[in-house]
Formats: sequence, structure tokens, C-alpha cells
Amino acid sequence: MSELIAFLEPDQAVIGRRPAIIADLAQLLPEACLISDARELMPFDTDAFVSYRRMPLAVVLPETTAQVAAVLKYCNDNAISVVPRGAGTSLSGGAIPQEDAVVIGVSRMNRILEVDYANRAARVQAGVTNISISQAVDADGFFYAPDPSSQLACTIGGNIGMNSGGAHCLKYGVTTNNLLGVRMVMFDGSIVDIGGKALDASGYDLLGLICGSEGQLGIVTEATVRLIAKPEGARPVLFGFESSVAAGACVTDIIGAGIIPVAIEFMDKPAIEICEAFAHAGYPMDVEALLIVEVEGSDAEMDAMLERIIAIARTHGVKTIRESRSATEAALIWKGRKSAFGATGRIADYICMDGTVPLGQLSYVLGKTSEIVARYGLRVANVFHAGDGNMHPLILFDANDPEESLKAEMAGNDILKLCVDAGGCLTGEHGVGIEKRDLMRHQYSDADLAQQMRVRAAFDPQWILNPSKVFPLDGRNGGQPGHQSGLLDAEKTAAGKAAAGRTAA
Amino acid sequence: MSGAQILYPETEDDVARMVSEHHAAGLPMDIRGGGTRTGLGRPVQAAATLSLARLAGITNYDPSELVMAARAGTPLSEIEAALAANNQMLTFEPMDHRPLLGAEGEPTIGGVFAGNISGPRRIQAGAARDNLLGVRFVNGSGEIVKSGGRVMKNVTGLDLVKLLAGSWGTLGVLCEVIFKVLPRPETAVTIAVSGLNDAEAAEAMAAAMAMSVEVSGAAHLPLSVAYRFGDRLNGEATTVLRLEGLAPSVEVRTERLVAEMRRRGGVAVFDADATRELWRDIRDVKPFAVQRAKPLWRVSVAPSAGHQLVAALRLKTGVDAFYDWQGGLVWLQMEAEPEADLIRQYIKALGGGHATLVRADAATRAEVPVFEPQPRALDALARRIKDQFDPGGILNPGRMTATM
Repeated sequence: MSELIAFLEPDQAVIGRRPAIIADLAQLLPEACLISDARELMPFDTDAFVSYRRMPLAVVLPETTAQVAAVLKYCNDNAISVVPRGAGTSLSGGAIPQEDAVVIGVSRMNRILEVDYANRAARVQAGVTNISISQAVDADGFFYAPDPSSQLACTIGGNIGMNSGGAHCLKYGVTTNNLLGVRMVMFDGSIVDIGGKALDASGYDLLGLICGSEGQLGIVTEATVRLIAKPEGARPVLFGFESSVAAGACVTDIIGAGIIPVAIEFMDKPAIEICEAFAHAGYPMDVEALLIVEVEGSDAEMDAMLERIIAIARTHGVKTIRESRSATEAALIWKGRKSAFGATGRIADYICMDGTVPLGQLSYVLGKTSEIVARYGLRVANVFHAGDGNMHPLILFDANDPEESLKAEMAGNDILKLCVDAGGCLTGEHGVGIEKRDLMRHQYSDADLAQQMRVRAAFDPQWILNPSKVFPLDGRNGGQPGHQSGLLDAEKTAAGKAAAGRTAA
Repeated sequence: MSGAQILYPETEDDVARMVSEHHAAGLPMDIRGGGTRTGLGRPVQAAATLSLARLAGITNYDPSELVMAARAGTPLSEIEAALAANNQMLTFEPMDHRPLLGAEGEPTIGGVFAGNISGPRRIQAGAARDNLLGVRFVNGSGEIVKSGGRVMKNVTGLDLVKLLAGSWGTLGVLCEVIFKVLPRPETAVTIAVSGLNDAEAAEAMAAAMAMSVEVSGAAHLPLSVAYRFGDRLNGEATTVLRLEGLAPSVEVRTERLVAEMRRRGGVAVFDADATRELWRDIRDVKPFAVQRAKPLWRVSVAPSAGHQLVAALRLKTGVDAFYDWQGGLVWLQMEAEPEADLIRQYIKALGGGHATLVRADAATRAEVPVFEPQPRALDALARRIKDQFDPGGILNPGRMTATM
């Protein structure tokens, strides 16, 4: 099978020591927390970016921060790569292992440690699922705002790794805006606490740096997150348009008029058809594009806001307007949207892009996206967070056809370059992982990347943490710092070696 | 340093060249925007001052995209005027330090982000750092580096934007900043609850934040400071809660919040004009802008811990205080000595947080750690990060800590 994306060449010396390494790991944590049997390792060989698979050397599922620290220290001392893992729902391959790496999964650390309403904070272990935080505080009138589509499964640790977003971040922000503190294990097994219930910790903003660092700066084992009072009510409304351009222009005008709903989601016709067939949400089938606009508050508040939104939609020739009349209907509307990826997966294989563009470029980029995909002879469904310009074209293909798979990846790359050229970025919420790694130079200069890599090295001098991800494999030497205070000479050499960019074909 | 050279770069390339030359010569630089916050932080000893005042101007602003880009030296007043003309605003409400520090000059947008300067709306809309989307900066080796961009969601690579925000010019010289802007609320009101003591106020503010009424400011002004806000507060301790948004919505939320607060104390509602004035005064710490010789702390703790900290300190030393951020931001004016160790020890005992010595004379600021000292592991990490941006240690040396 041909693959566009390379991994670092596995270190055969490490693979050769596998039995000894597994024996050593067994000393560090309970038997049930160590997986080494080939069959049991299978479920860990990829994440939601399923086109790429690598079997890990071993998987550990620690139950405590101390166990994470022991394993990480051991791996660092022995120059063994580590791939951190939450629930394995990454769409960019952020959690895909490699043959010479130990996977450290946090899924067993799944307790909510403290709920503190007076300070609107919850302290949770990293393996807690996103939805379970909101569920735990729902009865008391609170919720945790970031809501990625995978929220039933994905962990807060993974959310922090990728700085996850979701449909409702137009109003409430993404993970980094809702994260108050972390407990993190550093490369050498030391444990640090950063942030907490007090806002805006003193010194450099390490919390902001760690959030979205894709498991390359350390392993987060606990998080303190912001709880927000639930709105009195929420009402999603469907707006059907005769063209994607009209829907896109409507989004720009709503925002431009100073109205910020909680969410503005966009679906084009292929997406509407796929989601409706799956969820029976009552989406209109005679339109080319659909907006789900959600407003929240009391009835009077929602009415006032909707009145203005409807007036704007009418100026764009809106064809259908349908308000949800009950909680059940509202839930159904969101079910359709949130199951978009799953529903698409039932009819075809797909890859999901995640570029973000300035709002004024939405219509242009949508049009160009269709052209690009058509040029490769493939189909595309668009379903995305329009309010913040975060696009998710789903490129449909047949994974059993190697040629078509390659075409899909190439079309995806073209779309992401289009997003960057339109003033946007490669990824709005899914992360770089391996998927967009080799496109990083399209967005960043060598100096930009070198600066990022130097910061990375300040946290992980040997580059053992998730080393195949984020930074292009070639040119990593250039990113290596000449001056690393506090590091031994031996470590500097190791850092240089590890980052030299051994690539496998 | 008096008599030191002042450099005025006019382009990003100028900045790169000047930093590069100083890097090669090993000469430290004092980086400044409008110079209104030079009294905040440790005094910098530098061979030259690099002023960004002439690297100015808004570079990109399309109101319908809710994003603005500007060169670092652009006066904040110019930014705010451009936004106001389009009925928009900086949602994080950056405070103006001039009254507090007795400083003159024009605050710049670069300075606002370099200091991560936020105001009362921080509890709802995030800090300056949450609203900073992209930066272009020159690192200590003289290289031009960019991070982030002009879109609202961006997880492409390490978030150096966050790191630069609040780094006080010690990691890089900001040249251009790109940030989120938002529509101005159609209207605003303040619900004022009178007669609560500090502990009761903390409870009232927590209760308000737990309601689905979207409080965008929650402060408590004890008796000792109330008179500084004019006649409006009738010289009584007053807990103030701000609501903003569409008029019909604010009306509904006001009713609900007033009903809840009536159970706790006397309630008055201030209109939009009074609200604007009151929260500007809270933002700029008006009560403590008078006796400028007195040391002033800005303390951030968990909201429920703020009043406990003040109560504990009162048993030991003379302090005056008021609270923002639901009680978690404590403005603490000392009667005499700064008492850094005492304050920091109590913060630790109350669950952690940090204290910044916002105002003190230069000798004190050289002596007492202005910013909260970090645990050893984090301090070492910060040191390593600093070295990766500014290997020669020439950017604002000593501004944040004695060695950084």
C-alpha cells in the first residue's frame, strides 16, 4: 500500500529490546495496565485517521499520575518514544503509534475529582470523557462548553492535546479558553501543576502553550476546567437556502450585524442528504444549503434575537425557516449535525478537512473546494462551523481503491493550501497530527517552525514525545537549538540525533 | 537608564536589524510601546530603549470578520476609535494603568498584549490572551517570526501567541498583533446590591454567576472604597453586577437577577451611562489611584478565596481592598510595607494563585519579586523557554524576574 505520509523510521535497536522493555514496564505498573499481546494491541494501531496504522511496541493504561511519571521517566532514560493517547478519536492521526513507541493511554484515569460551583470549576482526570463533565453538573444547572462531535467518546486529555472546539465555541470559545489548570508529567517524570482556580497564572502562559501541543510537551493527567451556567433554553432554527453562496453571505451578515448566536452550522446538499437519511431530523430536502442557527436564553430573549436573524436571512432569499418547537426536536436537529461524520462513514470512506478561513472568504473557498474535488473526480460534502469560518469538507472515496485514496489525500492537501492562501490556516480544531504535518511549510516559514521546535525542545530535549507528528520530518536539525541551558551535553547530542529526521519510505 | 539611546524602528525589518545588532554586541534593550507601564515590573537596565511608537497603524480591519490587525505601536485610543466607529469593541476591556501609576503617554495595542492586560469582562469574555489570534514578532536573535493568524480558530502548530501574551517583552518584540473584536452590546445595566459584607458579597456574586443571566462583570466595593465612586453608591458597601446585550434580553435578565438579589440586600439598577462610568472606574482601579506612594498588589485567587485572604491579612497588617472577577481579583493597597512574603504565604494557604506588585518605588521593585515566584521546576522551564527565544538575554532583561 502506498502512503503519502511518512513516519520516522522505527529504531530497530529499541524494537530488538522489546521483551526486556515489556519486562521493565511490568515492574512499573499493575499487570492489568500493561498490554503487550499482539491481538490486544490491535485496537491501538490507529485513531480516527484510519488510513494509517502502526502497531505500537506496547500500550500502558496507567491508573495514577505516579504511574504515568514512572513510565515516562523510564522511556526518557532509555530513549524510547512515547505516544500519548486519550480515546483515539483524533481525525488528524495525532494518536497513531509507531513500532518503536510505547503508547501511554489515559482512559483508565476517568474520575471527576472535584466539582466546585462557587468557583465554577471542575477538577477531572485526563481520561474523563468530554460529555461526562457536562452530565455530572447538568442537574445543578451547569455545563462544560467545548463540545466536539466526538464528545461521547473523546477525553478531556485528548481535548487539551488538540485544543478541541465544537459547534458551540462561536460563543463560548475552544478548550484553551475554558481550561484553568493542568497537572502534567514532564519528559523526565517530574510532575508540575500549572494554573488552577485563580485566573491568568503569573509568568509565561504555559497553560496556553500546552493546550493544543498534541502531546509533545508532556502528558496531562488532570485538568481544572471552567463550568458555565446553563442557558435557560436553547433553540436551533433551520434556514434553507437556494445556494451555498447565499447561505455563506447570510452568515457574514449576521455576524457583521453584531449578532453572535451560540452556533451557526452550515451543511450543503450532499451533507443534508447524508445526515437526513441517518438521523431523520426533518431537514428540508429541497434546498442547496442549510444553516442551523442556535440562539439561547429565555423565550423573550430568543424571540428578540431570532427576529433579527430572520430579517437578515430574508434579504438572502431564505427558502425555508423551521424553528424547533420542543426539546426533542432540538435534540434531533443536533443529532443530525453531530452524526454527520458517522453518517458519512456509512455510505463511503471519507477524509475530513479542517481548514479555517476569514469569514469574508467562506463563499469563495466553498466554490473552489467543489472545483478541486471535482478535478480529482471525487465527491464532497460540506458540514462545518460557519460562524467562525472553520470548514469541514468531507472528501468521499473508496478506501479499497488505492488510486482513489491517494487522490482524496491530494485533493485534501489542495483544499488546505487554498484555505491558507485565503488568509486562513490548515487546522481549526482537529490538530496537525501526521495528516497536515507536511503542509506546515505552506503556512509557516522555516524561522517560524524553527522557533516552535526550539520551544518544543525546551520541554522534551530528546524528542521522545509523539515524535512523528506536527513538524515536517525533514529540516528538523535546523530547528534544534544551539543553546539549551540546563541540559547536559549528552542530552544535547541525543536531542540532535532524535530530531535528525530519520524518515521511512 | 538616563541618557540611554532611544531607537525608533519604523518597519518590522528595522526592528529585526536593530535587535540583531544588539544581539551581536550583547547589548540589552528596554522594549516599550507607549511607556505607560514602565513602572510595572522590575526596573530594566539596558543600553538602549527600543520604542515601537513609530511602528504604528491598523493594517487590516473588516468589521464583518470580527478581526483587526495592527502594528504594535498603534495607540490603543486609535484602535478603540476605529472599533467604536463600527459599533465594535475589545471585549477583554483592557485597563488603563496611567491613573494608578501616575504615568503619561499613550498606551499601545502591543503593550496591552505584551502585558496581557484585561479588565472586568475577563470573567465572561476571556483575557487579552484569549482574544489574541496572531502575532508577528522579532526574537532575541533578530529573526522575524509569526504565529497564529487572522482566523478565530487555529490549532496549527504550537500556540506561541499565548506565550508572547503576558511575556512583557522578554521573549520577543511584538511587531504586529491580530486580535478578535466583538459587537458592542446594545445596552448595559448594573444591578447594585448594597450593605453586604465581603463574605456575603462573595456568595452573592457566586449566586449571580450560577444563574443563566450572563453576568459580564461582578465586583464588590467595600465601604472603605465606596465613596471613591461618587454619590452613586451612597457611601455604602456595594456589590455590582453588570448585564449586557440586546435590550429585550437585558430587560428579562435584569428582572430575574433583581428578584434574586433582593433577598440579599437593597437593590438599585444603574442605566447604561452610569454603568459605563462605574465599570471604567473599576477597571482602572480608581479608588487606589489617589495615594500613589502606597504599594498596590493585584492578586488573583479562586473567587471564594479573595475575601478570606483580605480578612486574614487585616489581622496582621494595614490593607485596603476591593474585588473584581467575582471576588477572585483582589486589588490590595498596603498601608505601609508591601508584605510580599505574608501575602504570598496566605495565597498558598488558601489554595493558590498569584500576587503582582503593580505599584511600588523602583528600589522596592528591584528587591521584592514583582511577579509571583514560580516553583523550581516551572522556573527552570521558563528559563529554558526564554533561552529559546532570546539566547543572549537582551530583551527586557530583569523585567519579570531578576534573571529573566
